[in-house]
Amino acid sequence: METYILQLFNGISVSSIYILAALGLAITFGLMKVINMAHGEFIMIGAYATYVMQNIFLHYVDKSLFGYYFVAAIPVAFLVAGAMGFLLEGAVIKHLYGRPLDSILATWGISLVLQQLARSIFGAPNVDVQSPGWLEGALVISQGLQFPYKRLFIIVLVIACIIGVFVFLYKSKYGIQIRAVMQNRAMAASLGINTRLVDAYTFAVGSGIAGIAGCALTLLGSIGSTVGTYYIVDTFMVVVLGGVGTLLGTIAGGLVIGTANTTFEFFTNTSLGKVLVFTLVILFLQWRPKGLFTINSRSLD
Amino acid sequence: MKAKEEMVFIAILIGLALAPLFLSEFRTNLLGKFVAYAILAIGLDLIWGYTGILSLGHGVYFGLGGYAMAMYLKLEAANGKLPDFMSWSGLEVLPWFWQPFANGAAAMVLAILIPTGIALVIGYLTFKNRIQGVYFSILSQALALIFVVLFVGQQAYTGGTNGLTNYKSIMGLPLANDTTKLVLYYVAVGLLGLTYYLCRVLVNRRIGKILIAIRDGENRVRFSGYNPAAYKIFVYCLSAAIAGVAGAVFVPQVGIISPAEMGIVPSIEMIIWVAIGGRGTLVGAVIGAILVNALKSGVSESFPAVWSYFIGLAFVAVVLFMPAGIVGLARKLARRLRLPGSKDVKAGEAA
Repeated sequence: METYILQLFNGISVSSIYILAALGLAITFGLMKVINMAHGEFIMIGAYATYVMQNIFLHYVDKSLFGYYFVAAIPVAFLVAGAMGFLLEGAVIKHLYGRPLDSILATWGISLVLQQLARSIFGAPNVDVQSPGWLEGALVISQGLQFPYKRLFIIVLVIACIIGVFVFLYKSKYGIQIRAVMQNRAMAASLGINTRLVDAYTFAVGSGIAGIAGCALTLLGSIGSTVGTYYIVDTFMVVVLGGVGTLLGTIAGGLVIGTANTTFEFFTNTSLGKVLVFTLVILFLQWRPKGLFTINSRSLD
Repeated sequence: MKAKEEMVFIAILIGLALAPLFLSEFRTNLLGKFVAYAILAIGLDLIWGYTGILSLGHGVYFGLGGYAMAMYLKLEAANGKLPDFMSWSGLEVLPWFWQPFANGAAAMVLAILIPTGIALVIGYLTFKNRIQGVYFSILSQALALIFVVLFVGQQAYTGGTNGLTNYKSIMGLPLANDTTKLVLYYVAVGLLGLTYYLCRVLVNRRIGKILIAIRDGENRVRFSGYNPAAYKIFVYCLSAAIAGVAGAVFVPQVGIISPAEMGIVPSIEMIIWVAIGGRGTLVGAVIGAILVNALKSGVSESFPAVWSYFIGLAFVAVVLFMPAGIVGLARKLARRLRLPGSKDVKAGEAA
């Protein structure tokens, strides 16, 4: 019994990381139809922003406050990655709307540059981020059943982000504008929405959420310039499996891939587990090429 | 203009044939490796440039062709015994799927058949179900990841992360021998010419027109009574077969094949060659593959950081400012200079 609960918890824990990494992608890929291969590098930026915050707290802030650096790092990671996203949109992405295959290539180039930039600034070896004291230890239910606080914290963080994105997209003025532009650009523009500006901040928000994902990743291991590339394929699979353009689909896709991953790994091994998951996703897409949750459309090219 | 591009290709071929006279053995060997890449790039151009299918997993087919050849070389080096890495991993008999590769001819046929077979399955599943555009790209990328994870994980059968290396001879000829190296180089150049000729004939025929039509408006092709899926499966398989040939040509010259050659990063780099050379021109793929790799080995040896910035920015610049690549730029220049034959340049660019 305990094994099952622990296994389920691990599944949810892995899923939560996938969801957080894919949430930003669901916005840029799902809504804007830009295939951002540099999404993983925004995760990396968030992770390094956390590392920098830790160092600032270590050297310039009173020792007693060190435990709170992580709380401060979350919004900083969001803002730094978001700002980078905003700049990138203005410099490159805006030329690529409506050219999804080209956007894969150009953003791949950007990801190479960003990775090298990180190596030049922080050095090639991985760096470690020290978790704050209040996240050490675990919630002990019984001897065999312990939930690490770090994992619990990430799950809570992910839930908060999902709620935040939902409120932003469906309740706020900006969200309504975003959805209007994505559904019918010309109509939205004629109603006085500045579509260029909407594009820019949508991309910035998507990138910012990737930054938060990077922040969360620092709790789980050391970080390096290639941290994003480990996640990029998985997150794309999450979005594709869930159905492009639906928030619900991203969450469902993340849960399915995350739990399937840990389950298969439990029964086989790490490498075969991953192969099995991706094979099943590809087979599933044969049956539903548009993913779990689809938006029906009669449009043709 | 087409005739002019063929002239350019013939010039490249002559240049490659004469190159060993001027280059050191080391450089010739390096050039042979780029020629293998150029073979693959032609196949990639066929599906991406002509048919509009962006495969981000072509390293897999390259790798499968390479592994087929490497398995043969490894068995020849082992001389009837079990390859060294297998005995280290605790295997005692040769796995059944290794056995056909003991025969050189069989291995070379399999280097083409295995990539083609896998491409047939993948292509049939995806194109039949009308998975297109970016969805196909993402799935092909996942394919690359699957194969890398599989090949790294099955250490006893594939050599794991290290891959297969330490070959001694090919068809009885010692690989360390300079004559053997030269023969391998000319085989590579010959295969490059053959591949180019095959693809050139293909795109000049009606099927080539249909491929371009699929790229420019798949639904219209479907409404005209064609079945785009069949054409896409065919061209995907052909391109996988070409990639397999390229892999098989690559391995004896370089002396190693490992999962690092078939992952996502090399797969996307292959796209870069075609993009920089000029997609949809065939000759552009050859130029791109040789040029980018020559630059890479020149620059990255001494300045790896500079190379990363350069290739990243070059990629962005090519996509944004010169989508037709070097060949497109040359066409534009030819039009500026009002060279003869520049009349049909416009038509060529619109394609």
